[in-house]
Amino acid sequence: MTPGLHAEQDPAKRAMLLTALYVAQEQYGHLSPEAIKRVAERIGMTEGEVVETATFYSMYHMQPVGRHLIQVCEGLSCHLAGGAEELLTYLQGKLRIKPGETTADGEFTLVSVQCLASSGSSPAMRINDTLYENLTTKRVIMILQERGGG
Amino acid sequence: MFEPILLKRASLPRSDAIDVYLANGGYEALRTALERAPEELVDTVKRSRLRGRGGAGFPAGLKWGFMPKDADIQKVLCVNTDEGEPGTFKDRELIEKDPHQVIEGAIITAYAVGASHAFVYIRGEFFLGVKRWTKAIADAYAHGFLGHNVLGSGFDLDMTVHRGAGAYICGEETAMLESLEGRRGEPRIKPPYPAQRGYWGLPTLVHNVETLANVPHIVLNGPEWYAAIGTEKSTGPKIFCVSGHVYRRGSYELPLGTRLSEIIFEHAGGVPGGRKIKAVIPGGASTPLLTPDRLDTPMDFESLVEAGSALGTGAVIVMDETTCMVDVARRTARFFAHESCGKCTPCRIGSLRIAEILEGIEAGRGREGDIERLHALCDGIAGHTFCPMGDALVAPIRSSLAHFEEEYRYHIRTGHCATAA
Repeated sequence: MTPGLHAEQDPAKRAMLLTALYVAQEQYGHLSPEAIKRVAERIGMTEGEVVETATFYSMYHMQPVGRHLIQVCEGLSCHLAGGAEELLTYLQGKLRIKPGETTADGEFTLVSVQCLASSGSSPAMRINDTLYENLTTKRVIMILQERGGG
Repeated sequence: MFEPILLKRASLPRSDAIDVYLANGGYEALRTALERAPEELVDTVKRSRLRGRGGAGFPAGLKWGFMPKDADIQKVLCVNTDEGEPGTFKDRELIEKDPHQVIEGAIITAYAVGASHAFVYIRGEFFLGVKRWTKAIADAYAHGFLGHNVLGSGFDLDMTVHRGAGAYICGEETAMLESLEGRRGEPRIKPPYPAQRGYWGLPTLVHNVETLANVPHIVLNGPEWYAAIGTEKSTGPKIFCVSGHVYRRGSYELPLGTRLSEIIFEHAGGVPGGRKIKAVIPGGASTPLLTPDRLDTPMDFESLVEAGSALGTGAVIVMDETTCMVDVARRTARFFAHESCGKCTPCRIGSLRIAEILEGIEAGRGREGDIERLHALCDGIAGHTFCPMGDALVAPIRSSLAHFEEEYRYHIRTGHCATAA
């Protein structure tokens, strides 16, 4: 791609930043200072610039998260359709953590999010890269068991 | 009974596979398009009166016409797949179930405006979508629909997928360009518009997924056929996503101009328990809500504006009489406060203050003057922000206050909700 206006950096490299952050996050578990340093070196940016960009996006974790990141949709549509609060309450009780927390063994992190584009098939949650829709308590129990949290 | 156009293949087994697409008329529109001059295609789309499906409803042909004609200037197409408007799930469905339809539309569009690269900017959370789209692009390359000399036409086009990383604002076209360039997704000032200076300063055309999905059908069946669907000014089919208090939540492809009541009662099966409708958000969380006296509104760009709202993304959220409107407003405000990019103060601080006041009212800590404070905050935000997000936040709050002021007052006076009683 030919550089256009912002020619202060190598555009092709800079444009790879979001991808590089994903790769680093996968390798390091979260965007630790070492991970940031590595990305900064590869892209040719300062660590500060990398952090500035990374912290803008909710899918980059600056702090460690559990091996299973559980995101429960609490958006308006899911709330109206019912079941979202119950799902979150159930998971809190089961895992004994509040939204935003991680289990002591580092296995599960629970967060509530807004609209997973599952408004037609709620309640919905995502665990890492898998989306689960039309959830029932029974299915949630099975999913947790499969992931060692039963 | 309206026969689906955009979703007609979505119910087929393995609908995302290229052989299924090819066996069902896939890429015929591309062959037809490549035999025509690019300007002829621009004219075809103009005559179809196709309008953008991402929320703004801008005429697509006009947008194509803004791209410079000079063949020496490198041009870019961006496929906006950053679907994040609460209540909306149509683009996700289109790319998961029929990715080639969107790819074909994107290739034809790129050919018409002379773009040599198409970026697919996809919401980071759409893991399956990324997978489906990546596979579909690889298959399209293998069949000669992408890459050097597309189907022997002399036209070259590359297409790459770029994942977002969790930011609603990146659905705004200039924020998306910033993100594509590897930066924080903060909107740019306009002008210059992307067609003048977009991705790294190159002329860039940005289109929503659903908009592009219409293009192959317009090319194959002609602009007159297309313009006969819908209303005079809002042509074509639209995927309406219905959620909230209805029997059959889901997506329904219907002509623009279909009445809201028909969508809710005939297609989505009406409200469970025979309860009455209290309010409907017709076009996603950023559109003003409508009261039941507006249920006969035709769902098109013009009629919804006349009714005091907007078509937005066509995401219909139905709320029955048990719904607490303060709670709905609080959730909406909290969403926008969380998603405000922080670039400009009215949106960053205003959204937070609105959310705090609404949380206070809901928790029984409402104070005399809260309603006036909410109005003042809305006045301070509307029209005073860098990008449309400020207005997107204010519209649902203002309409909620206008229609349900008594409910807010009751909350403040008594410390609890009238509907929960």
